Amino acid sequence: MEKLFQKISFGSATLVLILLLGIFTTLFISAKPAIDEFGFNFISDKRWNQEVSLTQTDSTSQVATTTQNVEDDEIADEDDMILDEDDEDEADSKTVFGGLVPIVGTLLSTLIALVFAMPVAMGIAVFLAEIASKNIAKYVGMAIELLAAIPSIIFGMWGLYYFAPIISDTFGGYQVSLLTAGLVLGVMILPFMAAVTRDSMNTTPDVLKESAYALGATKFEVVKDVIFPYSRVGIIGSIILALGRALGETMAVAFLIGAVYSLPQTITDPTISIPVAMAVNFGEASGLGESSLFYLGLILFILSFAIIFIAKFYFLKRAKI
Amino acid sequence: MRLIINKIFLAFSVISALIGLGFLAWILVTLFIKGLSSLHLALFLNDLVNGGLRNLIVGQLVLAFLAALIGIPLGMVAGIYIREYGRGKYPELIRDLSDIMVSAPSIVIGAFVYSFAVAPFGGANGFAGVIALSIMMIPIIINTTDSMLSLVPKELREAGMALGASKYRVILDVVIKAAKVGIMTGILLAFARIAGETAPLLFTSETSNYFSLDLTDSFPSLTVSIYNLANEPEKSSRDLAWAASFILTVMVLLINLFGRYLTRNKK
Repeated sequence: MEKLFQKISFGSATLVLILLLGIFTTLFISAKPAIDEFGFNFISDKRWNQEVSLTQTDSTSQVATTTQNVEDDEIADEDDMILDEDDEDEADSKTVFGGLVPIVGTLLSTLIALVFAMPVAMGIAVFLAEIASKNIAKYVGMAIELLAAIPSIIFGMWGLYYFAPIISDTFGGYQVSLLTAGLVLGVMILPFMAAVTRDSMNTTPDVLKESAYALGATKFEVVKDVIFPYSRVGIIGSIILALGRALGETMAVAFLIGAVYSLPQTITDPTISIPVAMAVNFGEASGLGESSLFYLGLILFILSFAIIFIAKFYFLKRAKI
Repeated sequence: MRLIINKIFLAFSVISALIGLGFLAWILVTLFIKGLSSLHLALFLNDLVNGGLRNLIVGQLVLAFLAALIGIPLGMVAGIYIREYGRGKYPELIRDLSDIMVSAPSIVIGAFVYSFAVAPFGGANGFAGVIALSIMMIPIIINTTDSMLSLVPKELREAGMALGASKYRVILDVVIKAAKVGIMTGILLAFARIAGETAPLLFTSETSNYFSLDLTDSFPSLTVSIYNLANEPEKSSRDLAWAASFILTVMVLLINLFGRYLTRNKK
């Protein structure tokens, strides 16, 4: 009986490993046709579901250079890509899928979310850790955590019907846009970021803070010169962790980003992100289209895996038990 | 000057907290106003075909419960392995991987389940939705079980061992009992989280307009239907979506609060 239980528990733990490997291989196998067809070119190609005829000379090199800033490390072998382009134009006409627009949309919306959420989350964390009395901190902290518990689809609906009109009135442009999607995404990662930051700040020993206060430091100086240097690593880790979460957020962004395959010219233009592309197009996709969506999913999975990995093991190691 | 900077800083911090609270209040007030105004008793008695939500609410709960039925035992036993049995680097690896999996994009999990539980069988089915949700749940349960077991003092285990109980008896009868409340809270929070999930269900169970308990076919889901209804042009559909959102949020937040209340009572 003892042995049996031990075996079962070992098996369940191994399930996690199997699942992760399973997700990776399944995505890879399903994406294989698209990977074979488009190669790494996929990452820098902004066409999605477009018929291309043999004679077309498109501006690949120009696209490639604009992408370089965004996806620098992933397209190290740029020379290969241009060669690939020549092979592609063999058939008379074919449908081309490229992932540039969703990838850029994902990165930009996440960036906007971070820019918005970071200062506010820091402020909330300082408020909870240093300013508020125990009782207030408890209730405010709980309220902030409740914000995290609201299902993402609710954020989407609220964002579309109540938040977006205000944003587009203020900043102009469309109601569904990169900006509104990013801001709502920011509201969503706010509680998570604030909670992890607060936890890092709380690891600062009281003795350090008290000595600083005894020297006559103001709260701001204590936070800036004692707490922040002490918990900097943890705070950066929490920001990156929040970034990893924001990358994969689907439903709220699906309501707000517009789901259009075009590169945004300004911040108030609609575009699309990887999760939204999957959510919106999966139903009607088949063949190469479906495979391309899996390719996008694979990119997203690797991206978020890498980001969470970096956050966990480079920055948050110290916070672990 | 120092004092002025300090004042500005404190004000900024308080304003940040107010912004956070403001968003929560804004969303909840919106939900209450829009939700309550379109809420009728009839919504709970009719299915979506007849303009009600009964099948969706039942469907969503069935999906989440079945997922919990799979996810809780697997996650708990795996958490027990990591904390109690594992030796060497392996449990450490599993702990890290499950940490990563908690934050894995839910839509990717949906796509993963689609490729082995939907595509080969030719259509959306409830089982696939249950599998997707349980995959989301397992790592959360592992993490809570793991951290709650770490709080149980070593002496309790030693006392159990000294009585001559076998290790698994000690774990099940002593250690788990001691960590019961914490684990319960973790389970409730995890349940609240998967009950509100949409993305993993989009192309696994999809949704259905009819009342159904048949897991081999597309299965009614409250969240997926909210997504569909909210994107329809008619006002009646959108009102229905608001009512559904209200019910979903109240459900999720109540479970969440109840979970928190359990641990607070303990302290």
